Amino acid sequence: MAVSDSLRATISRAKRNDLIFVALGIAALLFAASTFVALFLDMVGDGLSRLNPSFFTEFASRRAERAGILAAWVGTFAVMLVTALVAVPIGVASGIYLEEYAPKNKLTALIEININNLAGVPSIVYGLLALGLFVHTFGLGASVQTAGLTLALLILPVVIVATREAIRAVPGSIREAAYALGATRWQMVSDHVLPYSLPGILTGVIIGLSRAIGETAPIVTIGAVTFIAFLPPSPVTSSPPFLSFDWLASPFTAMPIQIFNWTSRPEEAFQANASAAALVLVVMTLLMNAIAIWLRYRLRRNLNW
Amino acid sequence: MIRRLTLAVSIAAALVACGEQSTETTPSAPAAPASSGPTVITIDGSSTVYPITEAIAEEFQLANQGKVKVTVGVSGTGGGFKKFCRGELDIANASRPIQKLEMDACAASGVKYFELPVAYDALTVVVNPQNTFLSTITVEQLKQIWAPESQGTVTKWNQIDPSWPDAEFKLYGAGSDSGTFDYFTEAVVGKAKASRGDYTASEDDNTLVQGVSQDLNALGYFGYAYFAENQAKLKALAVVPVAGGEGVLPSEETVISGTYTPLARPMFIYVSEKAVARPEIKQFLDFYFQNVSELAREVRYVPLPESAYVLIKQHIDENKLGTVFGGEPATAITIEELLKREASL
Repeated sequence: MAVSDSLRATISRAKRNDLIFVALGIAALLFAASTFVALFLDMVGDGLSRLNPSFFTEFASRRAERAGILAAWVGTFAVMLVTALVAVPIGVASGIYLEEYAPKNKLTALIEININNLAGVPSIVYGLLALGLFVHTFGLGASVQTAGLTLALLILPVVIVATREAIRAVPGSIREAAYALGATRWQMVSDHVLPYSLPGILTGVIIGLSRAIGETAPIVTIGAVTFIAFLPPSPVTSSPPFLSFDWLASPFTAMPIQIFNWTSRPEEAFQANASAAALVLVVMTLLMNAIAIWLRYRLRRNLNW
Repeated sequence: MIRRLTLAVSIAAALVACGEQSTETTPSAPAAPASSGPTVITIDGSSTVYPITEAIAEEFQLANQGKVKVTVGVSGTGGGFKKFCRGELDIANASRPIQKLEMDACAASGVKYFELPVAYDALTVVVNPQNTFLSTITVEQLKQIWAPESQGTVTKWNQIDPSWPDAEFKLYGAGSDSGTFDYFTEAVVGKAKASRGDYTASEDDNTLVQGVSQDLNALGYFGYAYFAENQAKLKALAVVPVAGGEGVLPSEETVISGTYTPLARPMFIYVSEKAVARPEIKQFLDFYFQNVSELAREVRYVPLPESAYVLIKQHIDENKLGTVFGGEPATAITIEELLKREASL
């Protein structure tokens, strides 16, 4: 009798603790979510009236009602393109090498520690590195390519880590099966490991890109301009060879810089512009994340081990 | 299976394509002059001068239908001069004259320049609109409030003037990286960058506007444009330049007449000699001085008299390089004095 009483007391205490933890958890979640929702709604309220087609097709202007984000969104898009084209091949290749090829020795361990640490380096440090290396030593100027390379460095650790995690999730039996059929290591990787780990890799890439898209400090450090009323030259030209890489060397501005510039203006009307541009940036980020989720879902559906 | 194969192939193709892309990115770059192509005019520097130059750049490109491209950055006066003296810029915006160290840097790299004053700004001292006891303040009182020695010891209004209330004041001012901070401390305390540290400092003047407008015991300073756009939320103080004098409110008239002193300050653009040789820069400068009166006023700065712009443009035609300030900080310079100095170049 006494035993079951104390047991009951223990159980009810444990249940109470359980309840307290759930309540705390929900409170924390509500606090975080409602802060975001409040900020988001405030932004929508301030910015929605400015969101019309011409906002996307006009350059910046000293008159708030005439100002748009054309240079900013095109700049952000071009920079993201360079970032992805540089970071994805290098990052994925590094991840594959470290997971499938690298011998387990001290050098590999050192590289791994470094990559994990790089993921935690503040972004301004990458900006300073890029200023010294890309802008001054290589003479690339404050251009789309410099910004793209800088942000590529920034997200490289994220891509590498995500690639490795995804590759590690592929069961060893798949590799053994490939070897058993006489596949070489590269055939095993390219035919099996890579396709199976693709959903995870893509998720990592897009998380990396959505971090890069909102970065302000490094691109300010390399000297992105604030006012620019022209677009980078078109990558497609009318004369042979029909492809031009001049846009890489073009000066640019980006969404976060445009937003920051507008919030620091004296005229009140620019605050609405800043909210509208911030809204566009948030939607761009959410869209990228949505694409990541959709791709993961679609690609996973094709996997049947 | 086929699907997987195509996926693998497309990835491999993407990898190859990207590999080519990224190798092409780096070596091709030095060949293409990144910062100053033949038709791009690069401008950078002070955030205070930015609104004027931006307005000019905007109108210039509209008038040109985009044939000549202009970019304007905001690196601060010091940051702008650093790039300018490395030869990376055509034009530097500056909210103060070039300093000795910067002159040396320019000389070392062989960058010669024209110094062209473009307009005046009135640093405005503001309090909360509900503040009833303050409408005039002397420079001496401002010095008492802002001097580094006052930190922690002078904290109440009645320590400055016994007739003011026995309440603690709260201070709002420019962050230590801005030209505004350099100028205000030089003009009020007497030494550039000498300021107490226990105040709300921000590079974003809207933060200061918010702070002063919500705090009954606030006192702050920033450029006139931010006061002009927020007149309902702020009250500007008349500044008494010398003991026993009259208080003067900031306005276009008082800046032009030279009575609003020492907080009226000239703003400049510095143009490199090499850049002026390019026809599109000449065209841009002509456009600048034709329109700066109107556009400076639109963005709430005080333009110089028309005759002054004629004189200033002659510097270029007569090839008068260099600065009239000798690398020294200059405060309390009226338009008249500025023009006298410019004429002596």
